[in-house]
Amino acid sequence: MLPPFDLYQPQSLADALQALAENGDMQPLAGATNLVPDLRGKRETCRNFVSLQALDDLRYIKRDGTRVTLGARTTIADILHDHGMETDAPALYAVASIFAGSMVRTAATIGGNICCGSPSADTVPALLTLDAEVTLSSTSAERTVPLDEFYIDYKKSVMRGDELLTSVSWNIPPENSANLSYKLARRKGDAITVTGVAVLIAAQDGVCSRARIALGSVGPTIFRAKAAEAMLTGKALDEDIIEQAARAAADQSSPIDDIRASAGYRLQTAFSLTRRLLTQAWKQLA
Amino acid sequence: MSKQKNITVKVNGNAVEFVVPAHRTLLEALRHEGFVEIKCGCEKGDCGACAVLLDGEPVDSCLTLAWHADGREVTTIKGIGQPGKADPLQKAFIETGGAQCGYCTPGMIAAAKSLLKDNPDPSLAEIKRGLSGNLCRCTGYTRIFEAVQLAARELRDEGEAA
Repeated sequence: MLPPFDLYQPQSLADALQALAENGDMQPLAGATNLVPDLRGKRETCRNFVSLQALDDLRYIKRDGTRVTLGARTTIADILHDHGMETDAPALYAVASIFAGSMVRTAATIGGNICCGSPSADTVPALLTLDAEVTLSSTSAERTVPLDEFYIDYKKSVMRGDELLTSVSWNIPPENSANLSYKLARRKGDAITVTGVAVLIAAQDGVCSRARIALGSVGPTIFRAKAAEAMLTGKALDEDIIEQAARAAADQSSPIDDIRASAGYRLQTAFSLTRRLLTQAWKQLA
Repeated sequence: MSKQKNITVKVNGNAVEFVVPAHRTLLEALRHEGFVEIKCGCEKGDCGACAVLLDGEPVDSCLTLAWHADGREVTTIKGIGQPGKADPLQKAFIETGGAQCGYCTPGMIAAAKSLLKDNPDPSLAEIKRGLSGNLCRCTGYTRIFEAVQLAARELRDEGEAA
């Protein structure tokens, strides 16, 4: 049994935003695949929700030139069923295919995965390597925030209580680039990430022209390893540079011990998985 | 708090009306109405025992709020096929021994049904991915994968014959 709660079911985005503006204690509920277990496990204390279920205008995949935009209610299954996604966001497509199980993928939304703020949210490292931006809407205004600036602490973001994340967008990766991810978990499916890594490497004239490294489950928030990225940019990559960058990425993490893995194991795998993905990415481009 | 609401869900083709509060899951609501072919397992979206098709898409009914199913169509294992007119998946599960204790089978077949609808000729890896949200503690999965492969072959042959 779930604890009793209120659920408002608006038929339009305007009504949903109005409700969030008027009710300080109200939270959005979309696929509810995280919320229901959290309510059942008494980890969620909110008892007043606004359902995004009927807001089909938030469920879309749009392309405008090189820009891809997903409505926040787009499900993980929608991402997998979209034909262009494998090339428009290779790492995102890859994590979507191993995200939870197929029933959860039908219900879980991209907006929900971003907003739950979990350090193990699977889509977020991939989106960070794409320099994704999120749109936050309220009754009074709309603002765009780089996903990289969205999280401020464990399960805390810059989103205000009266705001709703309505879309996420990014530019399709450049021609000569590799965008890879790895989800380390106890099982290959239906599991919570122990260490999650995504990288994007673009090459031009034999040197790395853009490097993105994002790590999940190894700190209070998912983050970009910017010192490591800077070490790669402008260089022809080799084993040594990749090793140093992977070390820098692991140095930036601050993992904890929990039931899934020890902090030490996470630190070691943050290093080895970053090294592995960077090596694979560079080899793909050679 | 927690006012009640009248909702109507079409279950296996028949409209079912019930009055439930917002915090009632589809699993609880349907089992209460007698649809006990939907099994209750982990109640956190891990095991897939409660999986049903909602408007043809597989969902964990333990994670689905009953209110969100209002006006929509639910297919349980009994809607997929019955004795005498069994679905090829059900026949294949019997033939290969894919069902042992049977508790995971309704959810397993709901997920497999959706997999084969999207992909009539799945590889073993694709079958594993399609069933990654369904746990079975009896079979070790081998016979379940064989059942899905057998049903897929059967359905493709039927399609070619038609």
